[in-house]
Amino acid sequence: MKINKKLVLLLMVAFLVSIVAGCGGAATKTETEKTPAPAKEPIKIGLNVELSGGVASYGTNCRNGIVMAFDEINKAGGVNGRKIEYIVMDCKSDAAEATNVAARLVQKQVVALIGPLVTGSVLGATPIATQNKIPLVAPAATALPATVDEETGKTKEFVFRTCFLDPFQGGLMGNYAADTLKAKKAAILMDTSTDYAKGLAQAFKESFTKKGGTIVAEEGFVKGDKDFKSTLTKIKNKAPDVVYVPGYYNETGLIAKQARELGITVPLLGGDGWDSADLVNIAGAKALNHTFFTNHYSPQDNDPKVVKFVQAYKAAYKTTPDAFAALGYDSAYLVADAIKRAGSTDGVKIKDALAATTNFTGVTGTFSMDQYHNPVKSAVLIEMVDGKQVVRTKIKP
Amino acid sequence: MYEFFQQMLNGVSLGSIYALIALGYTMVYGIINLINFAHGDIMMVGAYVGFFSIAILGVGVVPAMVFAMLACALLGVVIEKLAYKPLRNSTRIAALITAIGVSLFLEYATIWLLTPQQRSFPIGTFPEKNYYFFDQQLVLTNKDLFVLVAAVALMVLLQYIVKHTRIGKSMRAVSQDMEAAMLMGINVDKTISYTFAIGSALAAAAGVMVGVYYNTIDPLMGIIPGLKAFVAAVIGGIGIIPGAMMGGFVMGILEALVSGYGSSLYRDAVAFAVLILILLFKPTGIFGKDTGEKV
Amino acid sequence: MVTKKLNWTHLTISTVTLAVIFTVFQYLIARQLIDVYYQINLFMLGINIILAVSLNLINGFTGQLSLGHAGFMSVGAYTAAVMTTKLGYSFAIGIGAGCLAAALMGLLIGIPTLRLKGDYLAIATLGFGEIVRVVFLNIEYVGGASGLIGIPQLTTWTWLFVSVVVTVVVIQNIVNSSYGRACISVRENEVAAELMGVNTTKYKVLAFTVGALFAGLAGGLYAHYFFIIQPGTFGFFRSFDILVMVVLGGLGSTTGAIVAAAFLTVLSAGLQSFPEVRMVLYSVVLIITMIYRPQGLMGNKELSFRTFQRIRGDKNGPVVNREPV
Repeated sequence: MKINKKLVLLLMVAFLVSIVAGCGGAATKTETEKTPAPAKEPIKIGLNVELSGGVASYGTNCRNGIVMAFDEINKAGGVNGRKIEYIVMDCKSDAAEATNVAARLVQKQVVALIGPLVTGSVLGATPIATQNKIPLVAPAATALPATVDEETGKTKEFVFRTCFLDPFQGGLMGNYAADTLKAKKAAILMDTSTDYAKGLAQAFKESFTKKGGTIVAEEGFVKGDKDFKSTLTKIKNKAPDVVYVPGYYNETGLIAKQARELGITVPLLGGDGWDSADLVNIAGAKALNHTFFTNHYSPQDNDPKVVKFVQAYKAAYKTTPDAFAALGYDSAYLVADAIKRAGSTDGVKIKDALAATTNFTGVTGTFSMDQYHNPVKSAVLIEMVDGKQVVRTKIKP
Repeated sequence: MYEFFQQMLNGVSLGSIYALIALGYTMVYGIINLINFAHGDIMMVGAYVGFFSIAILGVGVVPAMVFAMLACALLGVVIEKLAYKPLRNSTRIAALITAIGVSLFLEYATIWLLTPQQRSFPIGTFPEKNYYFFDQQLVLTNKDLFVLVAAVALMVLLQYIVKHTRIGKSMRAVSQDMEAAMLMGINVDKTISYTFAIGSALAAAAGVMVGVYYNTIDPLMGIIPGLKAFVAAVIGGIGIIPGAMMGGFVMGILEALVSGYGSSLYRDAVAFAVLILILLFKPTGIFGKDTGEKV
Repeated sequence: MVTKKLNWTHLTISTVTLAVIFTVFQYLIARQLIDVYYQINLFMLGINIILAVSLNLINGFTGQLSLGHAGFMSVGAYTAAVMTTKLGYSFAIGIGAGCLAAALMGLLIGIPTLRLKGDYLAIATLGFGEIVRVVFLNIEYVGGASGLIGIPQLTTWTWLFVSVVVTVVVIQNIVNSSYGRACISVRENEVAAELMGVNTTKYKVLAFTVGALFAGLAGGLYAHYFFIIQPGTFGFFRSFDILVMVVLGGLGSTTGAIVAAAFLTVLSAGLQSFPEVRMVLYSVVLIITMIYRPQGLMGNKELSFRTFQRIRGDKNGPVVNREPV
């Protein structure tokens, strides 16, 4: 009985402490809100990225890119004479958590938000950005509704992205399958748990059928699945010429591996979700031969800006930067550029500057923002050859 | 026609994985009537031990499996001593919630210590071979055979231990009536420790095999297979060793058929619906005998 | 025993306390003195209290281990959100429909599954929760896996506060009525209760349905606060979360459930930046509580005016408590 009472006491004390701590946080918070920041204080920018959960590799690499960019900017003297202070938080690859983290960052007085990466989470964070009039730059949210309200067709005032859109990359792959790979029959196996993959599948289907191809099977899977053999067996029996697998690398890697085991030798196609060093680890280099995917950039590019970026990134993180690192890097420079042009840290002014972006040159290409806050930029098409990415074509919109 | 046979093969290979996990589940439940929710997570720990043995120590699959089994047997005994033993006379709810707590603890301690990143085994860990039949219409991989053979062998071994050894005899006695067993001079604590050691070692073996089979492991890999294996154990009649095996195959084949002829998206829902139906109409499972409720 | 006069005093004190709490927060929110982040946690707290108190009726008072509470919550959330977002009904109707749908689901699930006992019931309800999740995952009308988006933010502090108070008052009244005593008798000894003429199935289903109704309420409020609902939000992890609150507070203690819900919400908000540690801590607290206090922090005792009187040394109101299990 004595132990019990002590334990209860202990837990109660812990409870009280945590409440007091919570209140303490609240108190200091209101204080900072009332004192206006002096001009030389750093500019705070919030990073709302996926450091854990299903797409942890995207978030982690993107953060690395962003951090590298801000460090470079700070080394060069900062923006408008002020340094940039970045606050990194993990939204755990979850939309509700992304809302929470965005609110937490807003509370910390950030002037702009970068991230989350996947569209679902961006949709979660959007209301917080809009309510508080703080611009949100989504580095990799490729689905249409990230910046445009689908029902009203209106642009979301405070949301921007630095990547191309799903209809563009999906359509591109559809054309490539029909024209270059000479496919007549295609099967689609998509991750139905994301808007991203569904958007890609839709675009692929449209462009592929427009070119006279037929879709012989449309199957789905969800994030976290590990066994795809039954679905693949079904697809194999429809004898497609290509299989389009829009999704993220954790699952698409396993799909590639199991498809090859089952004797599906036709080309497998994918989108930018395939881009990860883990893809080769999961599927094995051999299974990935004859697979193609669309992407934002390639580290093999000879453009001097890309070469410089790849070298700096390799020096800092000991690996080759993937597209998410590159998009993060560009997003960071884009935000810094907008703050410079706005000459202010006011959210509305930064937003206006972002919307007015023209001919911004980044490692993922040169682009301008269109009226929907989408950059107009090119894509690359990559083939996997013995575990290495080889650029096949670079396509302008 | 070949498609159907291929789907059956897919089902059996998936089913042997469920069966492997279900064996340990059903054994622990049979002896102390506890749904060891942490079983799937012990499997995950086993997979990680196996992974590190292969990736860092550079050993082969079989020694890695032995390491994993030893480590997890120890882990199982420790978990039982620390978390479950103090609750042996508490309510079922308290024991079940503790099991959930242990499960969450293993998952998140692993995430905390080893990051949530998915990891994959070094290339060439398992020399893969595919066998094609009927003009490539039917495919069988040596991984499938490996898992199937392992599942059957472990089931036979387990059945032998439970039915024909001294420790097995005391396990059966404890499962019938703990107090009476104690009065007959059986060391109940020791018997339960053995049960957990064996059950957890089985989970570890399953973990390494699942890891090698899918080539990827992550800290939450145990949740869904753990749940499915539990469903398999219930379908076969929980506490009955051959039942767990059959339950695993039933689940695997069912899932393969749902994915192959229906939609893979409803696969999990069908699995749980079958579980609920079985619980409603034959709560003791396919192989179970109705013992009536003790008052 | 408690006299009627004392009851009136208590009622007045309670009403005044509630009114003060309500007004203070209403003022803080209206004048924007607490920012979005604290508001989110405040609302989460309210929603968690509703969930914990309603699950406590099923798990704590009636002793039926349910692991499907998040399933009922999602039914309520989706129904309410579809009513307001897609069909254009008012928020009140949406919430009402959400509650009813969840209650109906509770009834439909409860009647067959409540024949099962203990672990089997737990697994069956867990299975039910998963089935609900998979079904929503596959309905394109509600956005499939990426979720229903564009839900208007209609949950105000007034709505939340009134909902929490109503939940607590209704459940407390059920518990203190003959229905509640019947439920407790089922928990204590089902066979004995049946022998004494208690229709155990009826009371189990009743508890299940009422619990589901309030889970639906919590779901509706949740959907209209967070703009977006996804099937993944209502997985079995959330069911575990709610269960942990109930168990930590004490199975069969409404105030315990409230205190635990508050504690865990604050704790989890405080550990926001360390999600892994949060869960590790969570599980350790859970295991330790179960080992040393399997009946939870409060057992089945209630925190009440009399408790405070006793702390003050006022011996006029002797504490009458049900004996712990």
